[in-house]
Amino acid sequence: MRFKIHRYNPDVDEKPYMQDFVLEHVKPGMMLREALIELKNQDETLTFRHSCGEGVCGSDGMNINGLNGLACITPIETLTEPVEIRPFPGVPIIRDLVVDMSGFYKQYHSVKPFLIRYDPEPEVENLQSPEERDKLDGLYECILCGCCSTACPSFWWNPDKFPGPAALLQSWRFLADSRDQAMEERLDGLDGPYKLFRCHTIMNCAYVCPKGLNPTKAIGHIKALMLKHSV
Amino acid sequence: MNIPIRRFDTLILGAGGGGLRAALQLARADAHVAVVSKVFPTRSHTVAAQGGVNAALANVTPDNWHWHMYDTVKGGDYLGDQDAIEYMCRAAGHLVYELEHAGVPFSRLDSGKIYQRPFGGQSRDFGGAQATRTCAAADRTGHAILHTLYQQNIRARTNFFDEYFAVDFICDDEGTVLGALTMDIATGELLVIEAKTILIATGGCGQLYRTTTNAHINTGDGMGMALRAGIPLQDMEFFQFHPTGVAGKGMLITEGARGEGGYLVNKDGERFMERYAPNVKDLASRDVVSRAISIEVREGRGCGPNADHVMLKLDNLGSDIVAKRLPGIRDTCKTFMHLDPVDTPIPVFPTAHYVMGGIPTDRQGRVVRPSGNAPEEVIPGLYAAGECACVSVHGANRLGGNSLLDILVFGRAAANDILGFLKNNRYHRPSNQDYIDKAYERFARWEKTGDGESVHSIRSDLKKAMEDHCGVFRTEKIMREGVEAIKVIRARIPDVRLQDQSKVFNTARVEALELENLADVAIATMRSAEARQESRGAHSRIDYPDRDDVRWMKHSLYSLEDDSLDYKPVRTKPMSVETFPPKKRVY
Repeated sequence: MRFKIHRYNPDVDEKPYMQDFVLEHVKPGMMLREALIELKNQDETLTFRHSCGEGVCGSDGMNINGLNGLACITPIETLTEPVEIRPFPGVPIIRDLVVDMSGFYKQYHSVKPFLIRYDPEPEVENLQSPEERDKLDGLYECILCGCCSTACPSFWWNPDKFPGPAALLQSWRFLADSRDQAMEERLDGLDGPYKLFRCHTIMNCAYVCPKGLNPTKAIGHIKALMLKHSV
Repeated sequence: MNIPIRRFDTLILGAGGGGLRAALQLARADAHVAVVSKVFPTRSHTVAAQGGVNAALANVTPDNWHWHMYDTVKGGDYLGDQDAIEYMCRAAGHLVYELEHAGVPFSRLDSGKIYQRPFGGQSRDFGGAQATRTCAAADRTGHAILHTLYQQNIRARTNFFDEYFAVDFICDDEGTVLGALTMDIATGELLVIEAKTILIATGGCGQLYRTTTNAHINTGDGMGMALRAGIPLQDMEFFQFHPTGVAGKGMLITEGARGEGGYLVNKDGERFMERYAPNVKDLASRDVVSRAISIEVREGRGCGPNADHVMLKLDNLGSDIVAKRLPGIRDTCKTFMHLDPVDTPIPVFPTAHYVMGGIPTDRQGRVVRPSGNAPEEVIPGLYAAGECACVSVHGANRLGGNSLLDILVFGRAAANDILGFLKNNRYHRPSNQDYIDKAYERFARWEKTGDGESVHSIRSDLKKAMEDHCGVFRTEKIMREGVEAIKVIRARIPDVRLQDQSKVFNTARVEALELENLADVAIATMRSAEARQESRGAHSRIDYPDRDDVRWMKHSLYSLEDDSLDYKPVRTKPMSVETFPPKKRVY
């Protein structure tokens, strides 16, 4: 199987280039991560992040034949050859397929992604009905891989101002949590032209999310809540 | 070599659940903490824990911590320290409530309380009916807990050193640990972090085996560092094989699948666990179920064209339960096997999962080692928690749902003891350049260029050797050969050369340093296993099929510097209740 993989090591390369690789033995059911590991065994300078191998740690996000995805849950038999593998678009490249995610994490931090309560804590759990808890499904499962935000044109143009789909999904995860008591400050934090309303419902985020989550829908819920709250 | 130095009150190695729970406690108490992790915190392997965390909340069936304690002592085949087990089981409820307050999206019962499911080895009334003790967020409990702990650490403004690799400890002449040499993976720059207190929370070493539920990062780094700093590892022969890893691939299928009502069958469609554990069947302890599966396969009752696995059936649960309670493993089955467990059985086989052994600590999380006549002398300022540590609460076999509990309880316990230590020890201990140079030697060795073996070839030989010689069933001969094989493999490491000498995000160098850690942990495991002449918990010997409480109810301690084994007694006296004396273990 033939691959074209983005290479760039600022230590030695003047500029990035695409390198051809051939994988001789394609095993049935092989995922792209395993293929990359095999290629790294051929050339140990090939650099990418990876860990759990089952789509829960979120380390190995990359651009695969033009689409962001996780290498560990992408079967290579579904990919057309030569398979072009590039780092996430729109974020600084550290080396080969490894990108600098610090801007992405900073935006995540900016939405206060933690439960805020002002009442004294009970000595047991806070009660939450199964129906209230169901509202968190499709939100809490985010693995912070970055596939969505780095596929979002609005995030490409304003990575320092627009929180991006991943951060906004988390914002809604806490707004939707019956236990959270910080709705006002969360909504205030999202006010302004570069926050919520930079989402133009392009929906790249939902299209690429490896966990099947839908940040655009979550952003829509926040918009509706903000509207309701302001009247 | 002039390496910059930064100083903190506490250095935490590892940002999984143990490290983050400790960091939270410390940051909230205004201690100055540095958390060093070779991956971004939410990539840590706690994220992959599925089924849940044990606490006797009694939300579904009557329960109390004392029953939980009994189950844990029995599950560990009477090798666990009963003071630490009592401490853990008593703390469990409070810690789970605290997690809920912090935001963990636990699944809920109709009452609005935290959802609990039955898990293996759980009983009511000291061995009676099945208990329902495992608190769950669907089958993504580890993910939910790890993300919540990270989120609360953001709020507490903990200092994170993301993607920094800890190379070795910096120790003084007395063997006291003063800090660690670390490398910023992105730039290759070195940084010495000195601290008054250090917590090792680096997780497990499942990469010792070829087929494993563990992530690429689980390379026993903290255990390797401890061994090289002259600290022994305890009970390393006890390695848990999870009964239901995906056959041939290794992905974890949670015990919660059987907790929700799933069951195992052999090629004849027989529910074979009825023969091995007549009372609790599929919900026996993991070591029992793994042995049963191995025997079924060995005796020709395996499934598939090679008769090399058994089947886990969930089709009796109905699609609602699977969708609601087990969505993650359903995804895994669809992605990796193109099957839907709602109607198709899952091929499973025992898969390397968890090390019960580790860095010896007491129940405050303080690292202890033998000194003169004292089997447990505290090393001042050094702590360990979670899978890298051995308290020992899991004894010879860990119960499902007790590892998330372990990291929470002992992450917090260590942090509390650290706060006391910091009060009484206000200044950093003096360090000097010689100590730093010693740690630097190991790092610099990888800058040698030229031709040599690759890290990859040695790593795959090591994993193969561990799988062949230190698996579910063991014998004298197999393990003796294993010790020799590991020694030969270790001896090849000095001849390895890295082709990648770049400073920028050099993963080849990280993997080389990880290989050294794995190799040190491998010899500790193999040597401890070879020496123990009995069957207890996860250590099953065909040539010594019975537990031998007279000769072997004791903890092993392996020291790397002189390749020697030592032993210390099990703490059989709990804190406040009566001892659970060893009994025949039946399920």
